[in-house]
Amino acid sequence: MVLEMKNIQKSFDGQGVLKDISLAVDHGEVVSIIGPSGSGKSTLLRCATFLETIDGGNITYMDTTAASTDEGGKVSYLPKEGMKTVKEYFGLVFQQFNLFPHFSVLKNIMDAPVKVHGRNAEEVKAEAMELLKTMGLEEKAEAYPCQLSGGQQQRVAIARALAMKPEILFFDEPTSALDPELTIEVLKIIRKLAEEHMTMVIVTHEMSFARAVSNRVIFMDGGVIVEQGDPEEVFGNPKQERTQRFLKSYEQ
Amino acid sequence: MTFGTMLATMGEGMLNTIGIFFLTLLGSLPLGVGIMLLRTSKNKVVSSITKSFIAIIRGTPLMLQLLVWYFGPFYLFDWSIRGWRFPGLIIGFVVNYACYFAEIYRGGIESMSVGQYEAAEVLGYSKSQTFFRIIMPQVFKRILPSITNEVITLVKDTSLAYTLAYSEVFSIAKQISASQTSFMPFVIAGVFYFIANYIVAFGMERIEKALKYYN
Repeated sequence: MVLEMKNIQKSFDGQGVLKDISLAVDHGEVVSIIGPSGSGKSTLLRCATFLETIDGGNITYMDTTAASTDEGGKVSYLPKEGMKTVKEYFGLVFQQFNLFPHFSVLKNIMDAPVKVHGRNAEEVKAEAMELLKTMGLEEKAEAYPCQLSGGQQQRVAIARALAMKPEILFFDEPTSALDPELTIEVLKIIRKLAEEHMTMVIVTHEMSFARAVSNRVIFMDGGVIVEQGDPEEVFGNPKQERTQRFLKSYEQ
Repeated sequence: MTFGTMLATMGEGMLNTIGIFFLTLLGSLPLGVGIMLLRTSKNKVVSSITKSFIAIIRGTPLMLQLLVWYFGPFYLFDWSIRGWRFPGLIIGFVVNYACYFAEIYRGGIESMSVGQYEAAEVLGYSKSQTFFRIIMPQVFKRILPSITNEVITLVKDTSLAYTLAYSEVFSIAKQISASQTSFMPFVIAGVFYFIANYIVAFGMERIEKALKYYN
């Protein structure tokens, strides 16, 4: 398993957002998480990427348990150095891209591998150019984020995450801030990554995309996993009434 | 007194004014960072003490503060203030401007989106890398217009050193004007301040332009 989250609990101001959620992702798996707004999808990703601290449960990457809960219910995370290693296992692509506006496209991709991993700049540059080629943005290497369309910015953000060579890549509604025609170019890239068996967890509202690209679909509502399974099963023949209702709302 | 001698006599004052100006910036720009850090400290006691201190500094005239810094040691501790004029003056200016800069820095940092911090965190940047590589350069660009305002004000505020009878341009202009019954020294002083600020504005505009390459 690349990622194992067990019995995750998270609440904000006493309001339970994640209620005992467990999620395991295997190598090469593409998992889509769907569900209505406020169902806890994004919070789950934010807990997995340690942007939020959990109130209960365990999080394990590869064979390293980063967060665990003892019998008294006390959550403890690995010390700083240990967390640093665990953080290298994953990457995250944000809804709002969050590129660094003062860095060129190339520097956005190169900076972390060079400054965080301490890698050789020439070597990283060659890889970054290769990634930009994959994203169809070779000629934008010296441009600044503000000169790019949203779709281009998101593709750079994906390249930036990939440059860190993560074992697993999380997408938090990667196309929600984009116009429909720009959405397509980003989805194409994610699909390409899926074909290369990149391990990915994608929180999305793009139902047909989730159906086409993932090995497994998870439907979340009210902080719990209501239903999960093969995309054809979940979309074609949902078992739970809540799933049926949710999918119906997307048909109009 | 000829115009030439007048100008020459005031020349020394101009150098002193320029001295106050640069020493104040040199001290207050970095000190402002320290005050900003105390002001935003998670320790409630530290942050509220700093907040009150900033309120006092911003809420009272700089002229009064200069008098306190200069005469304070004598009245409070009965210390001799011989040779204290210039240090007291610079401390007064530095502390005053540092408080303004601290609030400008704080505003700039608070205007940064959380997303920038989160992106840096997920990419593994350390806290100090995030601050110095990601946050600070963007904050610098955002606060530049406010900094320009302060620097321009500082050029004119240097004339308050007159309160401590420090011989900068304005003090000397006043002396010469009185002794020569001439209005000319004030004209010269005015032109001096104007040119100084013209240079400041020009320089700052260049820096702003150089940072226009991104939004």
